[in-house]
Amino acid sequence: MVTLARTDNSLVGHWWWTVDRWNLGAFVVLALLGALLTLAASPAVAERIGLDTFYFARRQAIYLVLGLSAMVAISFLSIRGVRRFSVFLLVASVILMILTLIFGDETKGATRWLNVGGLSIQASEFVKPAFAVLAAWMFSASRLDDRVPGYSIAVGLYVFVVGLLLLQPDVGMSIVVSAIWGIQIFVAGLPLIIVIGVALFFLGGSVGAYFMFDHVRGRVDRFLDPEVAEGFQVARALEAFRNGGWAGRGPGEGRVKEVLPDAHADFILAVAGEEFGLIVCIIIVSLFAFVVLRGFARIFKDDDFFVLLAVTGLLVQFAIQAIINMASTLNLMPPKGMTLPFISYGGSSTLALGLGMGMVLALTKIRPSTGATR
Amino acid sequence: MTPLISSTEDRRQMDGVRKQALETGRNRLLVAGVVITLAFVAIASRLVDLTVLNGGSEPRTATNEPASDNVIGRGDITDRNGLLMATSLPTASLYADPKRIQDPQEAALRISRVMPELDPVELTRKMQMKGRFVWLARNLTPQQHFQINRLGLPGIAFQEGERRVYPHGQMAAHVLGLTNVDGLGVAGIEKQFDQQLRLGSGAIELSLDLRIQAILQEELKNTISEFTAIGGAGIVMDVTTGEVIAMASLPDFDPNSPNNIVGDTAFNRAAKGVYEMGSTFKLFTAAMALDSGTVSMTSSYDARNPIRIARFQISDYHAENRWLSVPEIILHSSNIGAAKMAVDVGTKGQQDYLRGFGLLDAPDIELPEIARPLLPSPWRPINTMTIAYGHGIAVSPVQLASGISALVNGGLYRPATIIKAAGGTVVERRVISAETSLQMRRLMRLVVTAGTGRKAEIPGYLIGGKTGTADKLQGRGYANSSRIASFAGAFPMNNPRYSVLVVIDEPHGTKKTFNYATGGWVAAPAVGRIVSRMGPLVGIAPDLQVVFETPVIGKPKAKVREAKAIKKPDPFFKAASWRKPAPANDPDDEFTRQMRTALGRDLAPQ
Repeated sequence: MVTLARTDNSLVGHWWWTVDRWNLGAFVVLALLGALLTLAASPAVAERIGLDTFYFARRQAIYLVLGLSAMVAISFLSIRGVRRFSVFLLVASVILMILTLIFGDETKGATRWLNVGGLSIQASEFVKPAFAVLAAWMFSASRLDDRVPGYSIAVGLYVFVVGLLLLQPDVGMSIVVSAIWGIQIFVAGLPLIIVIGVALFFLGGSVGAYFMFDHVRGRVDRFLDPEVAEGFQVARALEAFRNGGWAGRGPGEGRVKEVLPDAHADFILAVAGEEFGLIVCIIIVSLFAFVVLRGFARIFKDDDFFVLLAVTGLLVQFAIQAIINMASTLNLMPPKGMTLPFISYGGSSTLALGLGMGMVLALTKIRPSTGATR
Repeated sequence: MTPLISSTEDRRQMDGVRKQALETGRNRLLVAGVVITLAFVAIASRLVDLTVLNGGSEPRTATNEPASDNVIGRGDITDRNGLLMATSLPTASLYADPKRIQDPQEAALRISRVMPELDPVELTRKMQMKGRFVWLARNLTPQQHFQINRLGLPGIAFQEGERRVYPHGQMAAHVLGLTNVDGLGVAGIEKQFDQQLRLGSGAIELSLDLRIQAILQEELKNTISEFTAIGGAGIVMDVTTGEVIAMASLPDFDPNSPNNIVGDTAFNRAAKGVYEMGSTFKLFTAAMALDSGTVSMTSSYDARNPIRIARFQISDYHAENRWLSVPEIILHSSNIGAAKMAVDVGTKGQQDYLRGFGLLDAPDIELPEIARPLLPSPWRPINTMTIAYGHGIAVSPVQLASGISALVNGGLYRPATIIKAAGGTVVERRVISAETSLQMRRLMRLVVTAGTGRKAEIPGYLIGGKTGTADKLQGRGYANSSRIASFAGAFPMNNPRYSVLVVIDEPHGTKKTFNYATGGWVAAPAVGRIVSRMGPLVGIAPDLQVVFETPVIGKPKAKVREAKAIKKPDPFFKAASWRKPAPANDPDDEFTRQMRTALGRDLAPQ
């Protein structure tokens, strides 16, 4: 590593001394763990579906490099740059989502993937960070200056994005976007009565999803009914954790990856639990918690209201994905397909997270205006 | 900064708003942070719980099978002495994942070499099917399991399961019932107590005594083959508790190989079959008449002429054509006498008593296969008369056994049960007085010492009972030579312990029995043999010294025949010697025929 002097005023030097190096480090560690676990989990899956043994592992390595590079690149942006970039990202991803609805491949009853030149793109992954930043922008603008119709725009944006997601349909993503938006409303300082109203609205929406989507109802019913055993995947995942114990069965000794179709994606934590045991799992959980809390602590001292809201939204997205993924795998909630940030296999997911976390790093850089508190 | 801010005034105002917004935002951010932290803590705790604490003591190797296959350790069923009647053994079942089978024909050939009962062609077809799962064979022996495993065929695997085993084969098969391939009870005790058995919490202890069950089944079987009958049922009941000590229905089946069940072999005649029991019902008629005081042991009835009522006529099989005392009515099995006694008791009285004996309602016994009795509706006076001698009403053997038990045990009805009594209070109701019960025992003993039940006599056991012979209904009319022959008895009469009922379906007379196939010839000897074999097992020694008075046969008015009636050979034997050889349709006079035809649809025995 090149050492950079504090007085280095070059672009890179300035970046290095202002960026949140702890979180940067945490993301890199998470990515390395992801690469390692993909290497452990995916060969079994790849062989089972007749692909080259290291097909997934190799691809994920590339995605991680791309994702981290994007993250670093974005982290160089200024606040204004972040806003502009997210506008671009939102427009681009919305267009892709619309194209997905028209040209996408339907798998398992949902249209989520767009095939572009041999690459499958899940546009909805990219809409989340963009949405978080833009909603934050609107909320803060509206809060600071009531001449700006920011709330209306934020509501419209939310309805538009969630509408597109439900058309696919993608209930999981809708939940994430709703959580971002809901917490932003809360933190934006809107009257509690509105916050409660929104909370009730989400509750109604969840109940609506239960009645509207058969697969949602099926999963919730199975989860709530103590008579019925967990679904196959969850049951295997639980078994894997039990088999893992403290230190795991050892690398390559896991069995769950041989039976779970999603061992390298949604259920990668189960592979970690079986092969590397409780300790590695706790390290992963701690890393996620660290990133979120570290980010919160950083913006807690920040003077810019927009930064506060935007980083909250981005980190909530990061946290909620991790929480839903792990809670599903551990049978703490009805199973919901969700990637584990930086750890699960997935190109769109990894790249979009790189962009999102890049924006977090960009927004949490030390700025002159953050002033006295630092 | 946003271009909307134009003046210093605005800027100052903005600053205030901004500070306030930041203040609120930070507070609320703190809340959000706490909530998210809690979520991560919950996940970490769950991880510790699962990996180190094993997720609440669940086994490490927990499997997740479809609920129906997931029957682990189905409970045992034992007899009253703790002998195993049904248990579960772990077995492996063979299945294939057709997608992973490399060469179906080769695999089929090698498997069929280990298990020759499997057809290689069929195996090949199964292994070529689409899908990822197909059963090849259920419940392999450990040796087959080992050998097939050793073949090392890819795509062939075993499903651990368990198999229900009935170590005593056909013994009490109808009571035990069956489980299906998924281990769910589908008949008998297996069905009745399915939940309990599936929980596997301890064995279910039946009231049956396997030793006596074996005796009953063997004697029934011998009787059926001796008289070339189509089937039979038998019950041994503890009269003091209502516990069923043995219950048999023939033909039977082996619950270990449920695929071999053919025809009606799985039909439990003892509980699910209802039959017109014929003369055994006269005991109940006599009991209600004595108990209600409409007659005494010395009363007598004019049995000289058949009863003519409306278009019908009731006459006697062994017609004495004279006045008969109450003991004689039972002794000679007089339909006329019984009908007249019932008329004196009245329809209402008859119904009350019969209900008291448990003959009008489905029994409470713990079996899913129970029949409710077939009763006339409406219950006209003519029905009262025919029911007095057991026609126009069809009950199950288990009902009859319960009724007989109540007759002899001092007059208390106790519901039949197939579960070993845990001691403590027994549900019971008084039907007749202890005095009447004693009189009935004397009458029943008389039937065995001097009446139609003589073939049941075993010296020292003081057996008492009553024979019954009833023609079977066939279609709307009924058959001449197909009948139900029965003997309902109990012993020892001085202190009854067990009632024994044998019902034989369509027996045919033999040379030895002078072509007779009545209850006295067919069922009574079987009961005698059962008692003589079970007596020592239940600790009742034959007592040749004991004196048990039988009733004095009264002195009815018809003087001429009176003396003879006592001294001459029993009419039962008399019938054997000089009556026409085949007892064809003697009891089927015009009345009975018509009445049965009228009731036929409701009474067809199952």
